[in-house]
Amino acid sequence: MAFPDSLILSADGTGSHPRFALLRRLLRRPSALCGLVLMAAILAMAVLAHPLYPDDPLDMVAAPFLHPGTDAAFPLGSDMLGRDLAAGIFHGARISLLIGVVAALVSLVIGIGIGALSGYYGGRIDAGLMRLTELFQTIPPFLFSLAIVAILQPSIATITGAIGITAWPGLARLVRAEVLKLRHSELVEASISLGASDARIILLHILPNVLAPIVVSASILVASAILSESSLAFLGLGDPNVVSWGGMVGAGREVIRTDWYVATIPGIAILAAVLALNLLGDGLNDALNRKGQRR
Amino acid sequence: MTANPPSAELATPDPLLSVRDLSVRFDTAEGPVHAVDGVSFDLKAGEILGLVGESGCGKSTLARAILRLVEPRAGSISLAGSDITHLSRRQLRGVRRQVQMVFQDPYSSLAPRWTVAELLTEPLVIHGVGDRAERRRHVGDLLDKVGLPADAAQRYPHEFSGGQRQRLGIARALALDPRLVVLDEPVSALDVSVQAQILNLLVELQRQSDIAFLFISHDLSVVEYLSDRVAVMYLGQIVEIADRDSLWRHPSHPYTRALLQAIPGNPPPSADDALKIEGDLPSPIAPPPGCRFHTRCPYAEQRCRIDNPALRTVAPGHQAACHLMRLS
Ligand SMILES: Nc1ncnc2c1ncn2[C@@H]1O[C@H](COP(=O)(O)OP(=O)(O)O)[C@@H](O)[C@H]1O
Ligand code: SF4
Ligand SMILES: [Mg+2]
Repeated sequence: MAFPDSLILSADGTGSHPRFALLRRLLRRPSALCGLVLMAAILAMAVLAHPLYPDDPLDMVAAPFLHPGTDAAFPLGSDMLGRDLAAGIFHGARISLLIGVVAALVSLVIGIGIGALSGYYGGRIDAGLMRLTELFQTIPPFLFSLAIVAILQPSIATITGAIGITAWPGLARLVRAEVLKLRHSELVEASISLGASDARIILLHILPNVLAPIVVSASILVASAILSESSLAFLGLGDPNVVSWGGMVGAGREVIRTDWYVATIPGIAILAAVLALNLLGDGLNDALNRKGQRR
Repeated sequence: MTANPPSAELATPDPLLSVRDLSVRFDTAEGPVHAVDGVSFDLKAGEILGLVGESGCGKSTLARAILRLVEPRAGSISLAGSDITHLSRRQLRGVRRQVQMVFQDPYSSLAPRWTVAELLTEPLVIHGVGDRAERRRHVGDLLDKVGLPADAAQRYPHEFSGGQRQRLGIARALALDPRLVVLDEPVSALDVSVQAQILNLLVELQRQSDIAFLFISHDLSVVEYLSDRVAVMYLGQIVEIADRDSLWRHPSHPYTRALLQAIPGNPPPSADDALKIEGDLPSPIAPPPGCRFHTRCPYAEQRCRIDNPALRTVAPGHQAACHLMRLS
């Protein structure tokens, strides 16, 4: 293994350094390992996109409708305009990951912030913030982002913002419930009686104990953001200047009967990314919850 | 030469902690819980006051109210003569240096992912005391004070036994050199042999300084062991408070007498005096009218069901609340 020996723990993960125990438990789960490998592959594609395909993936570089495997220079073939599908998949990974991760971060910041303040302070602050959360929850998040993007014109920034700003209510409720459980715990009362400030208590004593559900939600948030971005692009609301898996599926839709691969290949990429993140989320959930029980 | 007559102020200095008519009520779905109902007592600097009573009688709530972790419904709390009942959370932060708390379950009050060194320096960091080197030295001193080895500093709370963890809880409470430490059932979760070690540690710590303890337990024999004074609580109220020896020799309230007789190897003075408390603690949601103890008191008579007896002085420094008190 790659860890220094002193950090490797007893088999049940009850040694002295909890972080590595978690990684080991995660790696022992076949589904989580699968998710991790898939995610690593997608990440590698994103990183290798520019070195391998330095040109704009939207350029027409080949004959149209080159089926996969017929030309070694274009292993995944080309679409109706002669664009290299492999280049599109690699560059699309960059866009999907970028939008997925940044949108999830936006949701995390809003969701954790609102959930933590709501749960910690209770009372009127809680009532107000929960009213806001309910307001956001009355509109389906995808339709909400669709409306925002349609009004603001699609670009990477508006798409990311629109997805991030609509996906947080579930997380906010989850964080609020967890914070509420800890609010009157001895851990927090001990900190208050030491004279700690509210910010210190929330950041150092409450949120680290809520990390497990947050980490799990984060991977699901990235997955659903990737799916939302693809769906927007499929509906023609992607950034027109960049290639996107969803946009590729949308373009290939019209020729699905004759040239199935044009829509199917990017479709598989979307599926792989979403599946990988869900497997990872599941694995993290199991691994972290077992630790929770030990506490 | 003019002989200075002892001034009234010197004769009766302000108590360190003064609690007056303190009430705490929780609003629950079943109705208001009168967890603490009109409690008054004083605690002098350097004194150990034991607070004893059955589980559910309001001891923890009283402790948490004194630390302003729950808001009192009525009454006042003064620390060294200044009223802290209505200080804001921000104003309280300075006061908190002087009053610290030790919890029953040290594991749940110590952050599990923090090392002992981090846990013990946290109070110093919060109050901006010392620089890094001084804080590190302070950790060593604290560990030494509570009888833990210096190499404990780099370990995590879960690596310690229950008794050692409680030593950590005590060490952290002492980090800021407080004048008062409230200990809420600090030994109740420990094995009997370990209990004795922790109690001895507390006695020793208290002897070395003029720190005051409010020591809470449901076990009168534990309280009796280290307290200078003892307060007996029943259903949210103090029913008897006295110097330890006075309480031990002349318990005046039937409830106190029953608690004393329940201690193994402590038989009643005569068969007539044999007392046994039966039944459950009544609900603090609908406490019995009159004397709250009348539903379980073998001596209860008509007026007990109507009139709640006030605390009356039975002997110097000894007060009890019972209509049938035998003055000694
Ligand atoms: N946060 C709370 N909400 C509602 N009821 C409470 C709360 N805390 C304590 N109580 C009730 O107040 C009473 C006193 O509890 P507590 O102070 O914990 O007693 P003790 O420490 O003596 O066992 C009990 O009836 C308990 O159920
Ligand atoms: S007042 Fe009456 S009921 Fe209460 S303790 Fe005294 S004798 Fe018993
Ligand atoms: Mg208690």
